[in-house]
Amino acid sequence: MSTRSVIVFLLVVALLAAAPFVVYPVFLMKALLFALFASAFNLLLGYVGLLSFGHAAFFGFAAYVSAHVVKVWEWGPEGGIVAGTAVAAALGLVFGWLAIRRQGIYFAMVTLALAQMVYFVSLQASFTHGEDGIQAVPRRPLFGIVDISDNLSLYFFVAVVAVAGMLLVRRAIHSPFGEVLRAIRENEQRARSLGFRVDRYKLLAFVLSAALAGVAGSTKILVFQLASLSDVEWMMSGEVVLMALIGGMGTVWGPALGAVVIVAMQNYLAQFGAMVTILQGIIFVAVVLLFRRGIVGEALAFWEKRRKAGAADDTASATLPERQGKAAPGE
Amino acid sequence: MTEIFGVPMPVLLGQILIGLINGSFYAVLSLGLALIFGLLNIINFAHGALYMLGAFVAYWLLNLLGIPYWGALLLAPLAVGVFGVLLERVLLKPIAGLDHLYGLLLTFGLALILEGVLRDGYGSTGMPYAIPDGLKGGFNLGFMFMPTYRAWVIVASLAVCLGTWLLVEKTPLGARLRAATENPTLVRAFGINVPLMITLTFGFGAALAAFAGVLAAPIYAVNPTMGANLIIVVFAVVVIGGMGSILGAITTGFMLGLIEGLTKVYYPEGSAMVVFVIMAIVLLVKPAGLFGKAS
Repeated sequence: MSTRSVIVFLLVVALLAAAPFVVYPVFLMKALLFALFASAFNLLLGYVGLLSFGHAAFFGFAAYVSAHVVKVWEWGPEGGIVAGTAVAAALGLVFGWLAIRRQGIYFAMVTLALAQMVYFVSLQASFTHGEDGIQAVPRRPLFGIVDISDNLSLYFFVAVVAVAGMLLVRRAIHSPFGEVLRAIRENEQRARSLGFRVDRYKLLAFVLSAALAGVAGSTKILVFQLASLSDVEWMMSGEVVLMALIGGMGTVWGPALGAVVIVAMQNYLAQFGAMVTILQGIIFVAVVLLFRRGIVGEALAFWEKRRKAGAADDTASATLPERQGKAAPGE
Repeated sequence: MTEIFGVPMPVLLGQILIGLINGSFYAVLSLGLALIFGLLNIINFAHGALYMLGAFVAYWLLNLLGIPYWGALLLAPLAVGVFGVLLERVLLKPIAGLDHLYGLLLTFGLALILEGVLRDGYGSTGMPYAIPDGLKGGFNLGFMFMPTYRAWVIVASLAVCLGTWLLVEKTPLGARLRAATENPTLVRAFGINVPLMITLTFGFGAALAAFAGVLAAPIYAVNPTMGANLIIVVFAVVVIGGMGSILGAITTGFMLGLIEGLTKVYYPEGSAMVVFVIMAIVLLVKPAGLFGKAS
């Protein structure tokens, strides 16, 4: 990390440490966990170019598993998170293995359909308790010693988990592994001809993304003490797509910002019922028509343009490429 | 009473009938999706919402204007078709040529808006739509009792599917459409108005969805969420069949409805999932889909 990013990082840590004394901690925890969920999702969409429309399956099913082992098997919260994450990763391995056989638009449809299967399993399995969900999940002490029963102490645990998860995503993106993923996004044939085992990279990215979505989902049950059907529904998959899209897919922090925006919106509009759905639909349409790079993407592009103009260097225009008509071959 | 694998014959036939009805909706919807995908390169996520809108227009026609079922069967697809034309011109045209994903995301947003607006106005409990007078009751086939309306749904869907197939495969207009699907630029160079063709195709696909919606209204209640659950199954159907051929889409639709019906008889818990399981198997065995071209 450069000095500048260290300073930024310390600032963010300070901000996160001060935040719960100003803003309601439950809201912050929800925003942080969705930020992790959206970042994990964006690893696939933004850096491999694969649109998964089924990420709710990993998020929501991990929540069920975590809630079940904590409530019924009486495991600690850390055990719940590990179990939920492991199941999400395993699910991701199977789904990824099936879905990467198709590209582009079909990939989205396959993941959506597979996730719907998980939804029906969650609806019918006995351990998920159908429409009721798993309620009143206890907040046991962390590692058996640290008390997290009040919202403030839980907040610090959740913040550490979410930030660690997002840093892992960032690390993956900036690693040689991430470089290969981007090469696949830009030109799959080329990457293949250079000797990279494209399918293996895609699968690994898929499993990583699913596992981190699982971390977010299984930590969420500590906050709300509830795992329910709304976490595995297709609507949830749509929401995480929206978060990445509005924040800026293909940027590291955009999806996290998008998650905060969407969670805040849901919070303020919760009493209007269907209004949230309508507004989310309008945002989808507006972002696709007006600013496809998302908030962070557009800001970066604007910045870049300013800098270039300031340096009187007119050799190149905005650097963040927009994805133009790049159809997957044969699809 | 005759039993087949321990299931009484009438029960089995009844479920097969329900399966065929669901299959008709799968077929008509996946047909529209395939046509739209062919020309616009967009997977229309709002297809389920347009189907739902068709049912709602039928409901409004009856309750606000007093126009009965038969009028709705003609007017609702027309109205939704015009709506589709507007959607294509205003929203989809600006993103033509961009990555496929944007089309999917935009139409997903549209689906949310349509569903949200109607849920805001009508809640999520369905409203009944009576079976039209001429199609009430049923007739005895000797081995089972056949409700007239259900027979009508299957016949009407088959007729619309075959009509569309004839239109696309056997008429000069269809030949141009197929040519434009292969190579729009070249077809345009021959002086054929491809943008108009694209707009009308989207409108036609929307009208097909609305037609299925009107057919569905008397069977399932008119409900803002009726399209959302259906469209996901239809996506799986499209993955199974591949979007390469019209007959393929129709066959796959009916076939999967039938399999779903049979599953309901022998393994009820699995009936909601069987289509997705078949999709997974097809992906393993023939990733391009049963009727798709290998990529």
